[in-house]
Amino acid sequence: MGAPLIKWKAYGLKHPMSRARNLGSAHHGVNHWIAQRLTAVLLIPLQIWLACSIVHLVDADYAGFVAWLSQPWNTVLMILTVFTLFYHAILGCQVVIEDYIHNEAFKLFKLYGMKVVLITVGVVCVYSILKVAL
Amino acid sequence: MTIERPLSPHLQIYKPQITSVLSILHRGTGIVLTFGLLVLTLWLVSAASGEDAYNTFRDAVSHPLGRIAAVGLSYAAFYHFCTGIRHMVWDTGAEMTIPGLYKTGYIAVTASVILTALFWAAILFI
Repeated sequence: MGAPLIKWKAYGLKHPMSRARNLGSAHHGVNHWIAQRLTAVLLIPLQIWLACSIVHLVDADYAGFVAWLSQPWNTVLMILTVFTLFYHAILGCQVVIEDYIHNEAFKLFKLYGMKVVLITVGVVCVYSILKVAL
Repeated sequence: MTIERPLSPHLQIYKPQITSVLSILHRGTGIVLTFGLLVLTLWLVSAASGEDAYNTFRDAVSHPLGRIAAVGLSYAAFYHFCTGIRHMVWDTGAEMTIPGLYKTGYIAVTASVILTALFWAAILFI
């Protein structure tokens, strides 16, 4: 009967009632909060994997490291780890900047700069992984 | 025009408590670990740059100063890991009481020390 009352796609994870009651001013804080948790959960196994890998690689020479990173699973997991770490770092740094910088223009400048720098360094990491592995 | 309004009491007014100290350290280690991503980047970039660069990186982290930094960074990682899981417990609604905050706080700090010790024992003895 007509259009559905709740269009979940339009609201993401936020309940439409929050809009009806005029709750929240940022309009997208919920998705940031959820993304921070989802990346954190993913980082639990990935950090354990990274720690075990470092233990395994401490005595490896260059050829040993290249051979290890060229294993398909290690290549994939390393890219996933780098992506999730940088994503989680961006979300965390965003909260810190929003909490402590009160000048609106300077805050936007810092947020933009932080994201550009971290995304760039993250891309450098992924490129390096692929260059070694492929 | 800036209006000089009185501010509510801030951190330096209060006596440090395990609740506030662990919370500050969670944020602090998060910032440290963001800079720690540069070490991960140097590791991967040095490997992509060839054997000489990779050996230079290995020598740097094997140097006593590099080792001290690595111990600090690994502790920051395991601390943030454990207090992060503590946050996830709270997100389910559990342990959000004063005794729960103290209990999970002591568990998280103890676990972070044990994990760091296990990590370095594995590096040194395996």
